[in-house]
Amino acid sequence: MGRLRRTMMFLPGSNASMVKEAYIYGADSLMFDLEDAVALTEKDSARLLVYNAIKTVDYGNTELVVRVNALDSPYGRDDIEAVVRAGVHVIRLPKTETAQDILDVEAVIEEVERKIGREVGSTKMMAAVESAIGIINAYEICKASKRLIGIAIGAEDYVTNMKTKRFPDGMELLGARAQLIIAARAAGIACFDTVYTDVDNEEGFRNEVKLIHQLGFDGKSVINPRQIAPVNEIYTPSEAEITKSINVVRAAREAAERGLGVISLNGKMIDKPIIERAERVIQLAKAAGVYKEEI
Amino acid sequence: MEIKEVSIAGTLESSDILVRIEPKEEVGIEIELKSSVEKQFGRQIRKVINNTLETMGVKSARVIATDKGALDCVIKARVECATFRAAGVTQNFNWEVIG
Repeated sequence: MGRLRRTMMFLPGSNASMVKEAYIYGADSLMFDLEDAVALTEKDSARLLVYNAIKTVDYGNTELVVRVNALDSPYGRDDIEAVVRAGVHVIRLPKTETAQDILDVEAVIEEVERKIGREVGSTKMMAAVESAIGIINAYEICKASKRLIGIAIGAEDYVTNMKTKRFPDGMELLGARAQLIIAARAAGIACFDTVYTDVDNEEGFRNEVKLIHQLGFDGKSVINPRQIAPVNEIYTPSEAEITKSINVVRAAREAAERGLGVISLNGKMIDKPIIERAERVIQLAKAAGVYKEEI
Repeated sequence: MEIKEVSIAGTLESSDILVRIEPKEEVGIEIELKSSVEKQFGRQIRKVINNTLETMGVKSARVIATDKGALDCVIKARVECATFRAAGVTQNFNWEVIG
C-alpha cells in the first residue's frame, strides 16, 4: 500500500519553533500553512521560512505538504514558486470549488518545474473543499489531475457557507463527508477529514475520529501534537483484527492452491470483499509497524 | 540588492531571530549581534548573516540581530526577508538571488 496518512499536522508557516520541532511528534504528514494561519503582513516572511526549512531540515519519511494562498490573491503564485523550488512533496490548494481551480494551479506548478529542471509531475497536489459548490463538484475535482493524492474537507468555511455552525455530534457535516469520501474512492485518491479545534476535549475528538474511520477516511487533520496518538490508536488494527485477517488470507490461499472457488473459515463463507478487507488490515498493520511477518 | 530603507523581519520568540537591516553609506557589512548563545554560536550566526547577504548581492548594510536560538535556515530566512523588504520587494521574488 502507499504511505500512511493517518495524521496531517497543521503548522503556521510563520512560526520558527514549530518549523523546527514539528517533526518530533510523529505525524504522518506535516502541513505548513501559508494561508489562513499567517497574517497578511507576514506572508513574505512565512514563505521564506517554509522555503528554507523544507530545503534544509531533514524531516525523515514525513510527507511535507504546504497550503498555499489562492491564485487570485497577491501571494499564491510566489508561494507555489517557492515551495516547488524547495522540493515540497504536496501542494495543498485552499477553498477548491471546481476542477478548473486544480488545473490553474497545476499550470503554475508545471511552469516552475520546467524552469528549474525538475521532473514534470513530481510535485503532487491535494485539494481542500470548503463550500457547498466544492462538495457538489467533488468527483470532478478529484479527477482533475494525476498529481492529486487526496482531497480534504475544511469544515469551518463549509459550515459557514451552509448557514450553520459546528456541533459536537458532527451531523452538520454528514452529507459533505459522505459525498467527499465517495468521490475520493471513485477517483482512487485519499480522503482527509477536517480539524477538531477543541483541543482539550479528547472524548469529543476520539468520537469524531471513530466516525471518520468508520466512514472510510484515510486520516484526520490535527492542530496539536496531543491529537496524534488517539488517531494512530483508532487507525491501527487491533491484535484480534490482525489475527482474523491472517486466517482469512491463509484460508483464501489454501483454497486457491486446491482449486476451490468457495472458501469457508470456521463455518463462515469468505468471499472476495472479505479477503480484500483482510489484506488491507494486514497492510495497515505492517505500515503501522505492529505486524512484521510474511504470511 | 540595494538596502534602501530600514526593515525588520522575524520575532523575539524562542527559536527565532529578529533581524533589523539599515542602509549604510560606506561599503561593507556591519553586524551587531545579541544572542544568549553568542559565546558558543556567535561566529556561526555572523557567518550565516554574512553569507546570506553576499549571496543576495548586498554590498553595504548595517544589521542588528537579536537571536533566540534560531536554526541556520531560520536565520537565513529572516535575513532574506529583511533584505527583500529593505529593497522594496514584496512580490514576484527573484528566487535565483537567494540560491
